Amino acid sequence: MNDALDVALRLLAVFAVFLVLPLVIGQTEHKVMAHMQGRLGPMYAGGFHGWAQLVADGVKFAQKEDVVPAAADRRVFQLAPAVALLPYLLVLVAIPIGPSEGAVGIIVDAGIFFVLAVMGVGVLGSLMAGWASANKFSLLGALRTAAQLLAYELPMLLAAASVAMAAGTVSLPGILNAFEWWWLPWQIVGALVFFVAGLAELQRPPFDMPVADSEIIFGAYTEYTGLRFALFLLAEYAGIVVLCGLTTVLFLGGWHGPFGADGLGWLWTLLKTAVLAFIVIWLRVTYPRLREDQLQRLAWTTLVPLALAQIALTGVVKVVMQS
Amino acid sequence: MILAHAVTQTGNGFLSPTGVEIAFLLVGIATLAAAVLTVTTRQLVHAALWLVVALGGLAVEYLLLTAEFIAWVQVLIYVGSVVVLLLFGLMLTKAPIGRSADADSGNRPAALVVAAASATALVWVVVDAFRTTWIDLEGPAQGSTRVSGEILFRHWVLPFEALSVLLLAALVGAIVLSRKSPQDREGKN
Repeated sequence: MNDALDVALRLLAVFAVFLVLPLVIGQTEHKVMAHMQGRLGPMYAGGFHGWAQLVADGVKFAQKEDVVPAAADRRVFQLAPAVALLPYLLVLVAIPIGPSEGAVGIIVDAGIFFVLAVMGVGVLGSLMAGWASANKFSLLGALRTAAQLLAYELPMLLAAASVAMAAGTVSLPGILNAFEWWWLPWQIVGALVFFVAGLAELQRPPFDMPVADSEIIFGAYTEYTGLRFALFLLAEYAGIVVLCGLTTVLFLGGWHGPFGADGLGWLWTLLKTAVLAFIVIWLRVTYPRLREDQLQRLAWTTLVPLALAQIALTGVVKVVMQS
Repeated sequence: MILAHAVTQTGNGFLSPTGVEIAFLLVGIATLAAAVLTVTTRQLVHAALWLVVALGGLAVEYLLLTAEFIAWVQVLIYVGSVVVLLLFGLMLTKAPIGRSADADSGNRPAALVVAAASATALVWVVVDAFRTTWIDLEGPAQGSTRVSGEILFRHWVLPFEALSVLLLAALVGAIVLSRKSPQDREGKN
């Protein structure tokens, strides 16, 4: 009975995080983008600096009519937002935020594989949405999504494999238990590759060709309205949380920090995740959009060789240390 | 494996299955149904999506057999990459919404015979090969990442390397086939 209650409480906590953190990041994006572009951003909703803007947006989305185009494939069209969103919720369950037993939703033995595998399923949501909308722009967006996958999947896996080699385990808490501060410079190339590949997976600028609004309206999500559209947006922000959390756990040492490791570890995890999320937003307002072929060139001529070099370096250091 | 598990652990027989066995059976039926739908549906993209369900069901079966590592790799490779490539191919060519009249092939009876024959052969070979194999349940779980890795790189390292060379050869071959020679390119321009 106690076990069941414990699991239920943990899942509830993960669900709360899943609902709150994406909204926080969304609001931060509003404000950070505004200030970087010399504006104020939302200022009225809720009073203090427009903190309730996203809540108001949510209410607006909930009130809108849920339109399904006449020519669309109804069931696939309606299922797509769930397929896009749920994987990120599942991934969040496996990310540890603190050193204690209770600081992770569920300990997964093959954590890295679980996380990357489930994140990969989210792409299917975009593909389903793009195809089922019966819209040329949507189909183009879906095609770009799939083409993008060819670019980022391999470097992302290779970079994650490098950390797994360094730690000698594929479990996420296990990796953090093995972490030493000098892993930071040792794995820094892998970290950059992982982060860039993750940005491409999330379709965030500068890799937002699948939703490029000035070219193909809004890609696979063009035909969506109301709550289903909001779910796609939520998936994007949940994706940022997951990517930043994962980069923190795999490469930045998660709960390890220069001081206050006892009891305050979870604060380090959150702080590092927040800084990474800020960088994600920063990149959005800084870099112009790449073309799909430029992303392929970047991935296959830069990211993959860098990731392979990182794996070689990891292997060499590992062998030297053991002998 | 599950059956052996049940027999040694709880003493349950064939006719009083455990919860895991029932779940295994139910997921198996769902997987089979999805697989049948994959090959019978007249809507091309739906076939690919039913394939996702079938492959996902297979991953759940692996999980129920405590082969956690294999399950996640199955999702990563097949659902995350192979099906996406398949959908990419479908969308690049022609993926109409609704039924495609020409999605049916005249080879249906022949395909059924081949499928039944290969299924029979596979089931027969696997049953025959592992009929006398008993799994020691006292040790660590047989499907965990550590155990899979140790078995793969201690006992099966030669087949593993042979397979990787085979895949590499296939990769190089694909590049050679798809590369245009300079004459071809000039001819087209």
